[in-house]
Amino acid sequence: MDRPIRVLVAKPGLDGHDRGAKVIARALRDAGMEVIYTGLRQTPEQIVSATIQEDVDVVAMSILSGAHNTLLPKVVELLKVENVDDVLVIGGGVIPDDDIPFLKEKGIAEIFTPGTPTSVTIDYIRANLKRK
Amino acid sequence: MFEKEKLAQIKESFDSYNAKMEKSLEKRPERKTVFETGSGAPVNRLYTPADIPDFDYMTDLGIPGSYPYTRGVQTNMYRGRFWTMRMYAGFATAEESNKRYKYLIEQGSMGLSVAFDLPTQIGYDSDHPLSEGEVGKVGVAIDSLADMEILFGGIPLDKVSTSMTINAPASVLLAMYIAVAEKQGVTPDQLRGTIQNDILKEYIARGTYIFPTEPSMRLITNIFEYCSKEVPQWNTISISGYHIREAGSTAAQEVGFTLADGIAYVDAAIKAGLDVDTFAPRLSFFFNAHNDILEEVAKFRAARRLWAKIMKERFGAKDAKSMALKFHTQTGGSTLTAQQPENNIVRVAIQTLAAVLGGTQSLHTNSKDEALALPTEDSVRVALRTQQIVAYESGAADTVDPLAGSYYIEAKTKEIEEAAMEYIKKIDEIGGAPKAIDNGYIQQEIMDAAYNYQKDIEAGKRIIVGMNKFQIKEEAPKGLLRVDPSVGELQKQKLVDLRAKRDNSLVQQKLEALRTACQGDENLMPFILDAVRAYGTLGEICGVMREVFGEYQQSVKL
Repeated sequence: MDRPIRVLVAKPGLDGHDRGAKVIARALRDAGMEVIYTGLRQTPEQIVSATIQEDVDVVAMSILSGAHNTLLPKVVELLKVENVDDVLVIGGGVIPDDDIPFLKEKGIAEIFTPGTPTSVTIDYIRANLKRK
Repeated sequence: MFEKEKLAQIKESFDSYNAKMEKSLEKRPERKTVFETGSGAPVNRLYTPADIPDFDYMTDLGIPGSYPYTRGVQTNMYRGRFWTMRMYAGFATAEESNKRYKYLIEQGSMGLSVAFDLPTQIGYDSDHPLSEGEVGKVGVAIDSLADMEILFGGIPLDKVSTSMTINAPASVLLAMYIAVAEKQGVTPDQLRGTIQNDILKEYIARGTYIFPTEPSMRLITNIFEYCSKEVPQWNTISISGYHIREAGSTAAQEVGFTLADGIAYVDAAIKAGLDVDTFAPRLSFFFNAHNDILEEVAKFRAARRLWAKIMKERFGAKDAKSMALKFHTQTGGSTLTAQQPENNIVRVAIQTLAAVLGGTQSLHTNSKDEALALPTEDSVRVALRTQQIVAYESGAADTVDPLAGSYYIEAKTKEIEEAAMEYIKKIDEIGGAPKAIDNGYIQQEIMDAAYNYQKDIEAGKRIIVGMNKFQIKEEAPKGLLRVDPSVGELQKQKLVDLRAKRDNSLVQQKLEALRTACQGDENLMPFILDAVRAYGTLGEICGVMREVFGEYQQSVKL
């Protein structure tokens, strides 16, 4: 790719814990990516419309409210409805290990749980972009 | 104060000690070239009277229970009674949470602390589209007085003190609590407890805001005024540094930003015509306890001393109670690791000691599984037992402010007080906390600290046991608490039933009366109470206020 990787860092759900989202946004930016951060309380519809509008390569969602099983798959579904199939969708936050297989099955490519170094997420994004 | 001559002697011997040390360091270097506290403040090799040359016992510390309250707000602290062991809990439905509260009381918990789910905290009913997936997840779902009646069923409200973590809709939940008490035959003047009611830190760090700053401040001062007359034993606000620290601030920022918020509330109330001594005695605070135990103890002492000075000197308070900073503590959620969760029990024990040695009035201890999910009953019990062990077995509670006079503690107390005062000055220059939030200054400062902390961890400069050192291969933890996903449907059905049963025209009438009051400048509490008594829902009441007041727009900065 001849332009920097563009990432939408999004906060679906109602929780206000944005430390993780902001830390990862800064880390991605320091790693040379272009980062757009949505702010709090984004509905799946808003996230999808920002994804299209900002023409991002990656959607990285942070959620700590426990509503991940409802909201993350909904974003993937809505992206499909909009025929967006070349965006890498990842998630992070307080998400029990038991829920991860379900989320992956629903199309969230990877889930990063508490304690993951930002470098791991950065490397993952670089290695797994759908747009080349 | 130390004698000049003695100080010179100490300094001299200290200098020669340092010179000797430097020499031996060439052969045997220390573990690190720079030592820092948990918040990244410098730590010297040794502290002596030379670090606190102007220390004056009566001015700096004084007597416990007296100005400037450095040593604590009660005269004999925990020799009278222990701090209130108050476990924050709530999930799923009012029925489920009521069971957990009864269990906690049975296990020796001394006060209730209610966690509400996010829709409740943001003023949406369980059937609102934005509530999808969130109902009952991080706390209990409360849609109307009917849920609140179940939540406190069988719990005599004149006997317990109840803390409610509720901010933007605090007036509505307080009204529901008063209404439940009425049904139990308990009058408002008998009620004891706290509402968090601290909107500024929601804008800064916690995120469950609804209305813009101005109407939010009005709601808060309305509560101050109403409670000073009707619910005099109620703590009307819990000005919170907890979430500021969780968002990544340093200890000094926690004190500085929290007290700056406190100043804004006092200013607003005085501007609304209240006399400082009518409401200031009911202000309370809420701080975090992290792992650097000595820094934390100094932080609590610094916060008390600084607030006492602010109330006396800046606001001219006369009542001693207005100057005494009472606070609740919660152990640091962000210090817990998802890796080797058993280790978290030890972290929480250290943090408990910090809170107790720092003179807290009440304490919530986190459970070991909180980096993974809501805590199970078993892990909550261990967390409560941790407090009981510190109380009954450690001896830390048997003498007042036992670390006072330590050169390190007194030097750090002074350092944190001064650093916090610098932040307050800076915020004053910007025009007060609300402005410093709107322009993103406070959030930016916290974010910088949070990012530096993360970089230190990733560079291995900061060791988190089990996370970036001493790792093991582990299985995914078993037996985590899961909230039944049908809770959302259950709450929706309850709302359908409620709307069929209640007098809907009465509800409409009360909501319209509230709307008119919102457009004017009357105290809103009586109108909210009327709407609550008629079983108007939280979403309906907040909906009216949303229509009149609008919604807060977050300033998004990285």
